[in-house]
Amino acid sequence: MIPEPAERVAARTFPVAELRRRLAARPEADWLRNLRGSALASVEAKGLPTRRDEAWKYTDVGALGVAAYGAAEAPVGTPPAIKSLTETLQLVLVNGFLVTPGPEVLPAGVSISRLDASISAELVQARLGGVLSPEGKPFVALNTASFAEGVVVRIAAGTDVETPIELISLGLPGGEPVAFHPRCLVVVEAGATATLIERHCGKGRYFSNGVVEVALADHATLRHYTLQDEAADAVHVGTLGIALGKESRYEGVVVHVGARLARHEVHAGIDGDRASFSLDGAYLGSAQQHIDNTTWVTHRAVGGNSRQVFKGVLDEQAKGIFQGKVLVERDAQKTDAHQLSKALLLSDRAEMDGKPELEIYADDVKCGHGCTVGDIDEKALFYLRARGIDEETARALLIEAFLAEVMEQIAVGPVREAFAAVVGQRLGGAHLIRRTDDHW
Amino acid sequence: MPMATNNEAPLLEIRNLRAKVEGREILKGIDLTIPAGEVHAVMGPNGSGKSTLSYVLAGRDGYEITDGTVLYRGRDLLALKPEERACDGIFLAFQYPVEIPGVTGFNFLKTAVNSVRRHRGESELDAMQFLKLVRKKAADLGVGEEMLKRAVNSGFSGGEKKRYEALQMALLEPRLMILDETDSGLDIDALKVVAEGVTRMRSPERGMLVITHYQRILDYILPDRVHVLAHGQIAQSGGPELAHELERTGYAQYAGQAA
Repeated sequence: MIPEPAERVAARTFPVAELRRRLAARPEADWLRNLRGSALASVEAKGLPTRRDEAWKYTDVGALGVAAYGAAEAPVGTPPAIKSLTETLQLVLVNGFLVTPGPEVLPAGVSISRLDASISAELVQARLGGVLSPEGKPFVALNTASFAEGVVVRIAAGTDVETPIELISLGLPGGEPVAFHPRCLVVVEAGATATLIERHCGKGRYFSNGVVEVALADHATLRHYTLQDEAADAVHVGTLGIALGKESRYEGVVVHVGARLARHEVHAGIDGDRASFSLDGAYLGSAQQHIDNTTWVTHRAVGGNSRQVFKGVLDEQAKGIFQGKVLVERDAQKTDAHQLSKALLLSDRAEMDGKPELEIYADDVKCGHGCTVGDIDEKALFYLRARGIDEETARALLIEAFLAEVMEQIAVGPVREAFAAVVGQRLGGAHLIRRTDDHW
Repeated sequence: MPMATNNEAPLLEIRNLRAKVEGREILKGIDLTIPAGEVHAVMGPNGSGKSTLSYVLAGRDGYEITDGTVLYRGRDLLALKPEERACDGIFLAFQYPVEIPGVTGFNFLKTAVNSVRRHRGESELDAMQFLKLVRKKAADLGVGEEMLKRAVNSGFSGGEKKRYEALQMALLEPRLMILDETDSGLDIDALKVVAEGVTRMRSPERGMLVITHYQRILDYILPDRVHVLAHGQIAQSGGPELAHELERTGYAQYAGQAA
């Protein structure tokens, strides 16, 4: 193998000495210090992944120079007001720092705390880095070594929380580009139900490297809706880990409209019997946008159900990636696992790479996957135009229709409408997919 | 922008229209004039070019016009995009209405109606105003509220699709209505409902081109003139009696008249 040029390697290696100095200055509990220390060692040894790493074959984050971005400092002054999508319990992180005290009154059974304040809590200790090990995941390692602050959400056993919890990560570099690493741990205890909204937005050049860990106890349910609406020059890497207990349910929808490069990586473990996992994704790409959805679903228990549907619309020179791997272990009999990736290419220069994979060791399972790439249905387009609808509007309607299957998975009406409005806003106008930076 | 029109001109005037599909000539010199207020039927066997004629008039891609002109209210129709034709008052009722999963009927109809209204210089209807309008027109055609909530044509029966076409026609209030084999796939009750809907729209300003294989629909939508299309040309024209004659004799007599 040809060695990489030295400057290329350097660009991929984060300033580890600086990171170590920052960590040493933090008054943190020993267990966290240890966790960060081993993560830092991994960052130091491996740097950022290259295309030679199988998991990163299609996406080269390092090539965008994010390793040179400085660490974000705690923001000063009044945080910008962010409009809630609906009535929510809102938490705002600016450049990875929690800037709002959070809701004053929380519903019974809900606790939300700053990760550094609850750092010794037994729960955090057992779970942080436990759902999502930094091992073999360079960006999780980097986040673990680097995160400034984070949020811990805990839903007490048996609680049904109706009001969604809304976590907003804003990237607001002052002048120079910055890197930040939002961190969130969500623990839904036995039989509890909650909704988490995650929104990523910002202005300017920055690198957001977030990690969310979700621990679902037996019979717990989490609805999780993510809107990746980062600034046009931003690089977004988000890694999500989910551990599903017995008969628990995870219902996730991720919508990508922003960022220069986005990688949404999901690791789900069906650990308890008859757990149910669904993940739907919709993405719009234009200009030179690069949108990567990578998922690993591992069925370890009996009777698990996993379903994934990703739909993308790519215009101009945008590139989409879907890598989905479903692993069914030997004891995971009666597993029902499906994944589907569909993309519409609106230009000859747009590109879609799909790599669905099934690896099955159990013999009594139902599994399937599919990948399709196509163009807008000309018959439907003519039908709409023959009713007086101009071509651009007609195309936008058909694209919205194509994405509708995913959007309909958002079970909370106002959230669905708000996400759909953001998508709708990007369709139509002078370009089919509009890039805007300042709509939040 | 409302188009400049010549009120003296016939509603539709087709002269020596020739068109190719994938290199093959399908229309081989059509001449047909429809004055405002009249209903003209074009009858013909399968493969005679009936559907091609309707698509060429509505502006579908993939048809190469090699000769001839089409004037709509005195203006060159072929220069317009499909949506401009629709906004100017041309309506094609499809033989096979297209299923569009994911687009709700309500959203589709409202977008279409407001596009046409905007073009005509009328104010757009808001959701409430539109709902009131659509309910009234839908009731006349036996289109239930449930059908409006579903995705456009998705899972509709043959009869439902044609009623839905008639509803769109009623909402868009066109000048020239082109009915492409509207009777196909319809039972007699559905045909009556659709035909009554279409007939209600007859007026001195409007014209209609009813394209059909069978005479049956012409018992309900009475034509002023009947034309026989064979091998891409109008082989014969006459009054309503021509339709009945064709029903008796069939199209065999036109079989040999290749141009």
